[in-house]
Amino acid sequence: MTALSLKNVNKSFGAVHVLKDINLEVEEGEFVVFIGPSGCGKSTLLRVISGLEDTSSGEVMIGGQAVNSVPPAKRGIAMVFQSYALYPHLSVRGNMALGLKQERQPKAEIEARVAEAARMLSLGDYLDRRPSELSGGQRQRVAIGRAVVRKPKLFLFDEPLSNLDAALRMNTRVEIARLHRTLEASMIYVTHDQTEAMTLADKIVVLRDGRVEQVGSPMELYNNPANQFVAGFLGSPSMNFLPADRVGGPPGLTIGIRPEHMRLATDGRIQATVTYVENLGSDTNVLADIGDGAQITVRLFGQHSVTPDAPIGIDFDDAEALYFNAEGQRVNATSGAALAM
Amino acid sequence: MNKARGNPLNIAAAHGILILYTIIALFPVFVILINSFKERRSIFREPLALPDRESFSTIGYETVFNQGDFFLYFQNSLIVTVATLFFVLLFGAMAAFALAEYKFKGNTLMGLYLALGIMIPIRIGTVAILEMMVATGLVNTLWTLILVYTAQGLPLAIFILSEFMKQVSDDLKNAGRIDGLSEYTIFFKLVLPLVRPAMATVAVFNMIPIWNDLWFPLILAPSEATKTLTLGSQVFIGQFVTDWNAVLSALSMAILPVMVLYVIFSRQLIRGITSGAVK
Repeated sequence: MTALSLKNVNKSFGAVHVLKDINLEVEEGEFVVFIGPSGCGKSTLLRVISGLEDTSSGEVMIGGQAVNSVPPAKRGIAMVFQSYALYPHLSVRGNMALGLKQERQPKAEIEARVAEAARMLSLGDYLDRRPSELSGGQRQRVAIGRAVVRKPKLFLFDEPLSNLDAALRMNTRVEIARLHRTLEASMIYVTHDQTEAMTLADKIVVLRDGRVEQVGSPMELYNNPANQFVAGFLGSPSMNFLPADRVGGPPGLTIGIRPEHMRLATDGRIQATVTYVENLGSDTNVLADIGDGAQITVRLFGQHSVTPDAPIGIDFDDAEALYFNAEGQRVNATSGAALAM
Repeated sequence: MNKARGNPLNIAAAHGILILYTIIALFPVFVILINSFKERRSIFREPLALPDRESFSTIGYETVFNQGDFFLYFQNSLIVTVATLFFVLLFGAMAAFALAEYKFKGNTLMGLYLALGIMIPIRIGTVAILEMMVATGLVNTLWTLILVYTAQGLPLAIFILSEFMKQVSDDLKNAGRIDGLSEYTIFFKLVLPLVRPAMATVAVFNMIPIWNDLWFPLILAPSEATKTLTLGSQVFIGQFVTDWNAVLSALSMAILPVMVLYVIFSRQLIRGITSGAVK
């Protein structure tokens, strides 16, 4: 059964058309990540699914039922916000129990569910504290707990890790992944962080300007991007793009090569000048100027000593190169025909 | 103050200015208080002297308690002030919430219209208000004062509160909506506690002018049963003879309840109680 399906969903705020004809299916138990640059409409889409915003047109179905005119509390969803949004006047227990009390669940049931969620998120010792007495990571766990106790058909996460520091972000990310495995629930997760997207998702939805650019598994999107935007958006450092005729390819096309697929070669097809070297220990990023102000990045594994301002030669395997036409669509290198994705 | 940033001279100067200001502000109150405990002659002979064995007298307080129904006036003032504050805060906060939270056509225009009252003094409409109160038969009731003062207080309350309501996190309200709270519960349980400092400010701003007002009680509710404290005290001020003992005693006692209310509200001004909700 599909947990969520969107059919031609549109959303406009006045004259601004934010979401354009979104069609999407989320299967039962699937972890779907919405990713895209700021202002691409990913948070708006989440708010439309949650019912906090109405659709301008189109249909939202959760668990097979049309919910366009169902209030948020009755949609069988739970949401975790970036800013935690805990109730300041309630204890951790009260925060988690409030939604269930509103549903008029029996007291014993509420107790049991809160205890279970507290155990799962190791919040047992904090149940009687107020949100102001908790650290950022604990607060976000409470917010997640508040969602878990409601046993929703669909979890919605709105950039839940953005307010946490790097170490905590990693821990909480692992915790969310574990939660997804134990609960086997359908989850939708909005982020602009591609590490989160790549590590958590069963399916990534890349959005740009209110349109779905591509949907697929993380590796599918990484290896087989449908267009130049997706190719450039996923991967860090991001993919190198240069005119294909510079390296002996067909004119008019753009060639894209991932930094890790490039290598240093004295007689390589690309001659460049090193502008900057990033030594990360595990790998080395070499930024080089190829003329016309264009820059490319070469990612070398391990530690290399490369001197800035030195001339270098760069080469790559043709098999790893992707070709894009003037509209940014992925094309076949020899025929120039658009690839069906 | 931080030791590294503070310079002793600056701290002394700042305290000096504040202390000077406090003395200037409290001096009239102090003079009223000491003179209320003196007999009539020493009030005029040595107005700044403290009451001593010779000049001490409670004649002023006795006059106030014996003449007129002072406790009733007191009660009237209190009822009018507290009821007005209740309505101003309730309706002001509700209107402010609606303006801050909901997008609807004419939102800005409505906000401007509701704030217009800040610029136009309500006393300009006194004649019309009197006619209206006579027509509705509310003249000489406490309701007439409560209604007028509520109307007088609402514009500023809405103006201040809507600014504060806009700062309350949207995520918090949305979390409430997803948990199934009604808009009223969100307003009363989530938003109001967070804007408590602003509510206290509005309450203090409104309370003092209402308590001290002479104009509307004199025009709309001058009957013996509905006199407020300020109006009641006027009986001691005559065109030719003024019973200063009684006036000063009445004024001294009138300070007390306002002070109590002020203390109650100013406690709410302490921030930080509600931190930890977001971020």
